[in-house]
Amino acid sequence: MIEVDVESLGVRALNERLHRLPRDTNERLWKITNPKGAHALAAGLDRPLSIEIEGHVGYYCGGMNKQAEITINGHAGPGLAENIMSGVVRVKGNASQSAAASGRGGLVVIGGDASSRCGISMKGVDIVVGGSVGHMSAFMAQAGHLVVCGNAGAHLGDSIYEAVIYVGGEVESLGSDCIEKPMTDEHRSKLEQLLASAGLRVQAARFRRFGSARQLYNFKVDHAAQY
Amino acid sequence: MCGIVGLFLKNSALESSLGKHLSAMLSALSDRGPDSAGFAIYRNPAPRGSIKVTLFHPDPDFGWDRLMREMSEEIGTKVRGEARGSHLLLTAAMPVETARHWLAHHRPEVRIMGVGDCIELYKEKGNPKEVVRRFGLEELAGSHALGHTRMATESAVTTQHSHPFSTGLDLCLVHNGSLSNHNRMRRWLSRHGIEFQTDNDTEVAAGYFTHLLGEGATLKEALKSGISDLDGFYTFAIGTKDGFAVVRDPIACKPAVLAETDDWVAMASEYRAIAHLPGADQSRIWEPSPATVYSWQKH
Amino acid sequence: MPRSTKAKPTAPATAANPAGRREHASFPPVVIAEIQRAAREGIYDIRGLGAKRRLPSFDDLIFLGASISRYPLEGYREKCATNVTIGARFAKKPIELKIPITIAGMSFGSLSANAKEALGRAASEMGTSTTTGDGGMTQEERRASKILVYQVLPSRYGHDPDHMRSCEAIEVVVGQGAKPGGGGMLLGLKVTERVAGMRTLPVGIDQRSACRHPDWTGPDDLEIKIAELREVTDWEKPIYVKVGATRVKYDVALAVKAGADAVVVDGMQGGTGATQDVFIEHVGIPTLPAVRQAAEALQELDMHRKVQLIVSGGIRNGADVAKALALGADAVSIGTAALMALNCNAPLFLEDYAKLGTAPGYCHHCQTGRCPVGVTTQDPELEARLDPELAAHRVRNYLATMVLEAQTLARACGKSHLHNLEPEDLAALTIEAAAMAKVPLAGTDWIPGRGGA
Repeated sequence: MIEVDVESLGVRALNERLHRLPRDTNERLWKITNPKGAHALAAGLDRPLSIEIEGHVGYYCGGMNKQAEITINGHAGPGLAENIMSGVVRVKGNASQSAAASGRGGLVVIGGDASSRCGISMKGVDIVVGGSVGHMSAFMAQAGHLVVCGNAGAHLGDSIYEAVIYVGGEVESLGSDCIEKPMTDEHRSKLEQLLASAGLRVQAARFRRFGSARQLYNFKVDHAAQY
Repeated sequence: MCGIVGLFLKNSALESSLGKHLSAMLSALSDRGPDSAGFAIYRNPAPRGSIKVTLFHPDPDFGWDRLMREMSEEIGTKVRGEARGSHLLLTAAMPVETARHWLAHHRPEVRIMGVGDCIELYKEKGNPKEVVRRFGLEELAGSHALGHTRMATESAVTTQHSHPFSTGLDLCLVHNGSLSNHNRMRRWLSRHGIEFQTDNDTEVAAGYFTHLLGEGATLKEALKSGISDLDGFYTFAIGTKDGFAVVRDPIACKPAVLAETDDWVAMASEYRAIAHLPGADQSRIWEPSPATVYSWQKH
Repeated sequence: MPRSTKAKPTAPATAANPAGRREHASFPPVVIAEIQRAAREGIYDIRGLGAKRRLPSFDDLIFLGASISRYPLEGYREKCATNVTIGARFAKKPIELKIPITIAGMSFGSLSANAKEALGRAASEMGTSTTTGDGGMTQEERRASKILVYQVLPSRYGHDPDHMRSCEAIEVVVGQGAKPGGGGMLLGLKVTERVAGMRTLPVGIDQRSACRHPDWTGPDDLEIKIAELREVTDWEKPIYVKVGATRVKYDVALAVKAGADAVVVDGMQGGTGATQDVFIEHVGIPTLPAVRQAAEALQELDMHRKVQLIVSGGIRNGADVAKALALGADAVSIGTAALMALNCNAPLFLEDYAKLGTAPGYCHHCQTGRCPVGVTTQDPELEARLDPELAAHRVRNYLATMVLEAQTLARACGKSHLHNLEPEDLAALTIEAAAMAKVPLAGTDWIPGRGGA
């Protein structure tokens, strides 16, 4: 386990060091202390590392992550794991807005609440939120899964494409072209798999599924009001 | 575009380090606001019958002593002052209107930054770390304070355009974001008696709240009205004599973090600015919901 | 005697109006046709290219060549250098361009693969850059282009950190001249399997767009985003910020404050593959005033030449290049003109233009995906009409011609480097151009708004 105090080393030097590790490195376990809300911590990684961050992080922690497993023992600022390609980013506390924005793969787990725009523009990432999500979550969500154990704020899944949303609690309102869909065995099984990968002991039974009505796929004048 | 911060002390034992903490908060947000900085600090309530006025003049050799002497002689009551950088904190034993009238008549070139029982308002062009040093913020004690670091979006970088903007007695406003209907709003408010010094959007918001409060609205009511009347993107923090309030627009794209312990409540655009406060690691951290007024008062 | 009911001509007959009928300036035939199209279809008109209406432009400026007080340089022998360095402000590896003309961002999806390849080859031969577009980078484009600028757009379609790291620069797109405040658009016919795969969309749907970035809004948060992009790429690459020309002075200043290495300003003549006609024609300011405002913003921050200014939007020839540089740009970018060098609007396959209801010289139908010359199509049969090698040769020739033209004008003004062109080398032919470019009306000292006679 390599321990780094990022307050003294600096984000830039730490990121460079992590980027430069050889592809078959043995230095896989890292502990980062004193993040104190720093931005772009562990951004752009492309190694099978296991990183624990002790404290709260700022914007874009784990941005564009590939392969690495990052755990934040604290809260995260906006854009957590934005455009994640693969690997896992976990935050024990809350995440600010635009968590996993445009994520294309991998898994993002938020133990507490995610703020507004969770999963905005998602393109294949799986997101599991132990708490609730704020308004405009899964806005223009193209692919992947968003699991919300708590409640979802207003305009959930506005302008959604093919992403699938599961919500355990209440939904304040649904966005344009987002509708509730029946839960089949296939969906329940996928949901259980996602909850398990997030390490959450939650019953799948109470969840509801939401997805695209696909009415906006080709412009029709009768749907103009939805734009 | 900018950074905003607020710190409200629940534990009076921390009052002597208010300035030190606010100073560090502003420095932490100087990347997102490099052009100018300002703060309003609530401290040293004026004696009964007196009023505190923060004045500004850009000339470092401005005759503040002469100003105070003349004012005191003409009104016939005590006037004392404490210089801080290019600003002077005047404490005058007279009603607020008397002070305003005298200054408008005899020193129209002096800018009034803030007026009230407790408020002191300092702001200037320059990098926040530098501005904070010039005003000696670190040594100031008080009960609560708001601050702002500015990256000018649509109006000039001058002292007058910096935040906080004072909206009335012991009231001030800082803003992160960009309003979109402030020009017409400014013209309407002008017709209703509000005077503007700049073309800045935040000044319009400040004027809007002043107008509503002047018409008898409570702070909460004024902020709620603002949510529908003011268009654009914003996180507002408003300082009052007894505390402060925070509100975000319904779309809520601009950031806002709140943190609370038994000793303090803090607000900032980025967690970085809160991170160093005593007990920050264990504080309750959350984000204000859109279109919702949050407020804290002394009891 | 009954009065004749036959309408009498009320104006002299002309070739365009042989019966001498009275025209309606507010409702000419083209406006009537559009109203009736809207009544039929219930949707705004969507098309490609940029603003078609007449605007104050570089055509309204001329150069003050050598005279008794200024001496020209001899062509060929006496050098007129054309190189430009972009991104020395923060990047470890600034970009060296041999010519101050780059190829602007245009998406694969909007353009065919052959078109992207041809542009890349031509740019490489001329020592300049191309730019990816809304939809991500293709391997063909990376192979063809020696210097590739990677766009980061609101949609983040196909955004890939490995692709970004493989490119030479990054361009954060806030907006473009055709639609400042609007997002990308691609209609169903062009969302083929390959395009859909890159963008993670279902095949054949009309792509909807975000107009804001998903994870930041405003220059203060842009500053943090730019820092993240630098972290992901270990501070190697210059980062450009691109805006459509609206509040240019504020935007350029803010881009500088947010940490950009270069600013790209795209005037309203800037083109697009598809967007609402109403957006193209009624939002944004022309390139002419945009250049001057951008240069002034940089000068006021003492950042002129330290943060590079790249200007686009209706750049067509070497005269436009030289004028943009004289007004303060470090380089220009071409989009529409590059497509025309490829064959856009060339008089070939006339029946296919007719099928679209248009003709060479009038076509703006990129959004249909039925480009008769294979440039803005995903249809393999149409795409085959564009031979990448021959097309690359055409674009290379065109770029070389523009550079020679610019050098000719610069030498005539006594400049040994294109960058030494300055506003005082210009005069204006119209009052609007004089006001917009802040250049005196020819034969006078007058710049409207600045006084003098």
